[in-house]
Amino acid sequence: MRIRTLAAGLLAGGLLLTACGKEGTPAAPGGDTSGANTAALPTYTVAQNVDLAGSPVFAKIKSAGTVTVGVKDDQPGLGQKDPTTGQFQGFDIEIARMVAAGLGIAPDKIKFTTVDSAAREQAIANGQVDYYVGTYTITDKRKNLVSFAGPYFQAGQDLLVRADDTSITGPETLKGKKVCSATGSTPIQRVRDQGLTEPGNIVEFQKYSQCVDKLLTKEVDAVTTDDAILKGYAAQDKANLKVVGKPFSQEPYGIGLNKDDKVLRTKIDDLLQASLDDGTWQKIYDATLGQSGATATKPTIQRY
Amino acid sequence: MDVLLDNLDLFGPFFLRTIELFLISAVGSLVFGTILAMLRVSPVPVFRAIGTAYVTIVRNTPLTLVFAFFVFAYPLLDIVRIDYFTAAVVSLTVYTSAFICEVVRSGINTVPVGQAEAARALGLTFGQILGQVVLPQSLRSVVPPLISTLIALLKNSTIAGGFSVAEAGAIRQYISERGDSQLVALLWVALGFIILVAVLSFVQRSLEKRWSVAR
Repeated sequence: MRIRTLAAGLLAGGLLLTACGKEGTPAAPGGDTSGANTAALPTYTVAQNVDLAGSPVFAKIKSAGTVTVGVKDDQPGLGQKDPTTGQFQGFDIEIARMVAAGLGIAPDKIKFTTVDSAAREQAIANGQVDYYVGTYTITDKRKNLVSFAGPYFQAGQDLLVRADDTSITGPETLKGKKVCSATGSTPIQRVRDQGLTEPGNIVEFQKYSQCVDKLLTKEVDAVTTDDAILKGYAAQDKANLKVVGKPFSQEPYGIGLNKDDKVLRTKIDDLLQASLDDGTWQKIYDATLGQSGATATKPTIQRY
Repeated sequence: MDVLLDNLDLFGPFFLRTIELFLISAVGSLVFGTILAMLRVSPVPVFRAIGTAYVTIVRNTPLTLVFAFFVFAYPLLDIVRIDYFTAAVVSLTVYTSAFICEVVRSGINTVPVGQAEAARALGLTFGQILGQVVLPQSLRSVVPPLISTLIALLKNSTIAGGFSVAEAGAIRQYISERGDSQLVALLWVALGFIILVAVLSFVQRSLEKRWSVAR
């Protein structure tokens, strides 16, 4: 009798628990990027007989026949992994493919690896990735740890707001508004340091997608980070979201490379310059981030 | 040392927030957990069932899920809007209470039945028996597990860092963006927790000494 009561209790408890689990797990965002009006992605011609004398990373790529690229997998329009097919897509991914083609690597020989922001320097230094393309802002402090090719994109901190919100037009209109960004990220530290809104109105979550959820449910009024990331979300949900379009910082995105590989850096700089000159860069932008309706200024390659 | 000194503006307020979070949730869970324990030993079957169901469900749910519920699901119910600090306090209290309840209940079990029977023979009500005879004795005998649960609460509070509460658990992410060594920062955070836990251990020892029951 006792055992039966216990079994029934456990069963009921188990049922309740599974219900709880479902409640707590947020549904995955739809993320339908296969819109009919998608501009076609460019194709890249794989270069033949590439040789870079004096580049240890390239020697490794060549002997392995494959290249490992560090990317992000949760940023729509930039670097996103399709959960059903496992395919990566976005602006950063295309830049990575274009560079790989320039290094003589066929598309099926590219291996994308997800590397979080906090682990980037380590992954590059350890050789876990050959190069890293994932909203990586070039800063002097980071140049002590890795080297940067590019910038391949010029981003700036901006604001994502609800499409029908006309009260937020720039950073100076944020007072009294709830602002959300990723925990400890540079954009939210800037908002705090410059006092753009009251400390009580600052909201921080692990992922930008959680901030976007809160924006849609009107619990926050603006999401702030680099415009490139925000444009990706706006492109995904044009009916409800818009980017304010007044960037208030300079965030040049570079390709992260081994600190000592100047030869490879120069080569990638050349490849980026060529794509800017022949229109490939523009095509990549139009097919990815350009879907948000915003235009981009071409970056100027810094060679150092 | 540089990592700590350069970022004192982080470590100071963030650890204060952790302490604040801990103190409020600790008081909340001690009160709520004791009430739950009283439910679980009450003579009314419905109360006992409520207490048992609560402990079974909450104790088996991961704390991050409790947090996710109060931060992402609860606001959709549109009842009372709560800020993220309150949500963190509620999550920690809801979760820790289930553990406190069991600790207090085990303490109640240490009090000889004869005591309750004698109290009842004197004509005391259930509330009086529990409040004046059984609970005071039982709390004395469970000081070490009670403090252990509170230490767990203190460390669990770092989960709030992922849910928009600027406390010690969020320090690493700030340091990572500032470009300082995360490993060193984590060591300093660990040291901070060692100090806080040492304080709790000291409280435990002195309470144990003062409250030791002669049997």
